[in-house]
Amino acid sequence: MVITKAELQSQTISPIRSRLGVEDVTTQYDHRVISQNLSIEIPDQSFTVIIGPNACGKSTLLRTLSNLIKPSKGHVLLDGKKISTYKSKEVAKKLGLLPQSSTAPDGITVANLVAHGRYPYQNLIQQWTEADEHAVMTAMELTNTTELANRFVDELSGGQRQRVWVAMVLAQQTPLLLLDEPTTYLDISHQIELLELFTDLNEQGNTLVAVLHDLNHAARYATHLIAMKAGKVIAQGHPSDIVTEELVEEVFGLKCKVIKDPVTHTPLIVPLGRDRSK
Amino acid sequence: MGRIDFGRKYLQLKGPVKLRLDIRSMSITAIFLAAIIGLAMFSLMVGTLKLSVAEVFSALFGDMTGFKRTVVIDWRLPRVLAAIVFGAGLAVSGSIFQSITRNPLGSPDILGFTSGSYTGALVVMLVIKSMSFTTIAMGALIGGFATALVIYLFAFRKGTQGFRLIIVGIAISTVLGSVNSMLLLQSQAEVALTAGSWGVGSLNGIDWSHVLPAILFVLVLLIFAVIMNRPLREMELGKDAAKSHGVHFDRTQFLLILIAVALTASATAIMGPVTFVALAAPQIALRFTNTAESLAPTAAVGAFVLLSADVLAQRMIPGMILPVGVLTLSLGGLYLVWLLFHQARSA
Repeated sequence: MVITKAELQSQTISPIRSRLGVEDVTTQYDHRVISQNLSIEIPDQSFTVIIGPNACGKSTLLRTLSNLIKPSKGHVLLDGKKISTYKSKEVAKKLGLLPQSSTAPDGITVANLVAHGRYPYQNLIQQWTEADEHAVMTAMELTNTTELANRFVDELSGGQRQRVWVAMVLAQQTPLLLLDEPTTYLDISHQIELLELFTDLNEQGNTLVAVLHDLNHAARYATHLIAMKAGKVIAQGHPSDIVTEELVEEVFGLKCKVIKDPVTHTPLIVPLGRDRSK
Repeated sequence: MGRIDFGRKYLQLKGPVKLRLDIRSMSITAIFLAAIIGLAMFSLMVGTLKLSVAEVFSALFGDMTGFKRTVVIDWRLPRVLAAIVFGAGLAVSGSIFQSITRNPLGSPDILGFTSGSYTGALVVMLVIKSMSFTTIAMGALIGGFATALVIYLFAFRKGTQGFRLIIVGIAISTVLGSVNSMLLLQSQAEVALTAGSWGVGSLNGIDWSHVLPAILFVLVLLIFAVIMNRPLREMELGKDAAKSHGVHFDRTQFLLILIAVALTASATAIMGPVTFVALAAPQIALRFTNTAESLAPTAAVGAFVLLSADVLAQRMIPGMILPVGVLTLSLGGLYLVWLLFHQARSA
């Protein structure tokens, strides 16, 4: 096999071969260092879930990946190039983000909110095209929000609203989706509904990266798990390979039993707590 | 196309310009534009010299010459156009600030820019002791921008928070109010009287040479505002979402604030501080259209409000022309009470 000089160079510039990753990244808020020399690759077509205790740097990692935080050292790589070399709208066509908190403009209807996801594709003279319409329709179908299209966002339930926000990100039609604690504040049935939706999207070929608080959700739905503590990656891999009692104790300081989930046969974490039988 | 139920009706343009026009917003804009034209016509007709519709038309578009033409073109028209353009400018300025602060209270008159412009004008009149129209206008412009800069520096730590901006704005506005009183109290009574009357906000005695540059400037700013309106609406989704859609958040916000401050400052430089329009017009337009997506209805409402307030101020008391600022201030006071009451109840 002949390797051209250009290919060789591109390989030496970036050892990261997947579409998204961070290379030797240090992030800090003011002068407080969150992570140092972190290198992570997000496997293509994976549903990657980042877990870890509060303040372990998992949200910071996600915000770094989504180009919301500029690392003080190192860089984020998107399709082999530094993310900072892209125009912001080009990034927005490759990388979608469901932020932890968003606000809906006054009196906006569901379909109009979803249509906001088309912003990266629009400009002053092309504000609404056939492609925009198609993307919005597909996004609403996927998230089961078509029936809500003409409703006001303010009058929806929490679960419905989160599905609408997801629809907005899907309308962006990005191969990579980043989700910052997408299930927080939802009741259990809406959490599962959303996670199932993410799995569907993953099976359709999208790469998803999520920060989740619930370990069992992470172990059940992730195809790739990244466990972080104090700004470092402690373990990563398929949940069935890496979730052990030792890992949970090391990362969360929690004694537990790991058993097989009777439904999905993925690892299920059962916290021990204090033994009250004595 | 047209397979999505947006809950609103849109007119789809399919030419080289692909747009979705909100039918309700367009209708409201058209209605207000018609009312503005009618009111402008009325304003050009009435006064000490009463003219017919035909005479006004002849003066505007025909070949009328002489005194009647002077009355229409040189005396009445600049005032009418100023009211329309500045009204639209103030309303759009208010809409930008209310969108950035996500609060109906976040308008340039509440945030203190108008007080800052007044301070600038007072410094020119009382300290530098210049009564020239141009220097006073410059003073007002500089005062407005300086105030904006101070508020920006105080309020924008680690990004904007709407409420912080409002609190800082109100504080600065109060400080400037005392500075203004002090400046007035320390000056000679005669000068203070003139300076004080400038502070009410008025279109009295306005003419082309004063108004034309300001009108053109405001029109250019309005075009910029229309161009920046789409990122502005993205920013309403919150910083993270807007950035993830490819909006340069901080840069865009700074430019928008610059446009909004320039709109208010240039209107204030010519008229003096006129309150209420920037505060209320965006909210009135929102009540009518149920959407803040387009700036056109807001601009139309603002123009209508200022023009009708000025017509009222001229005609309300026979034989006496009130400054328009007196009228908008009273209306604004009532509106503010209602708004605070309404917000307190819904909170």
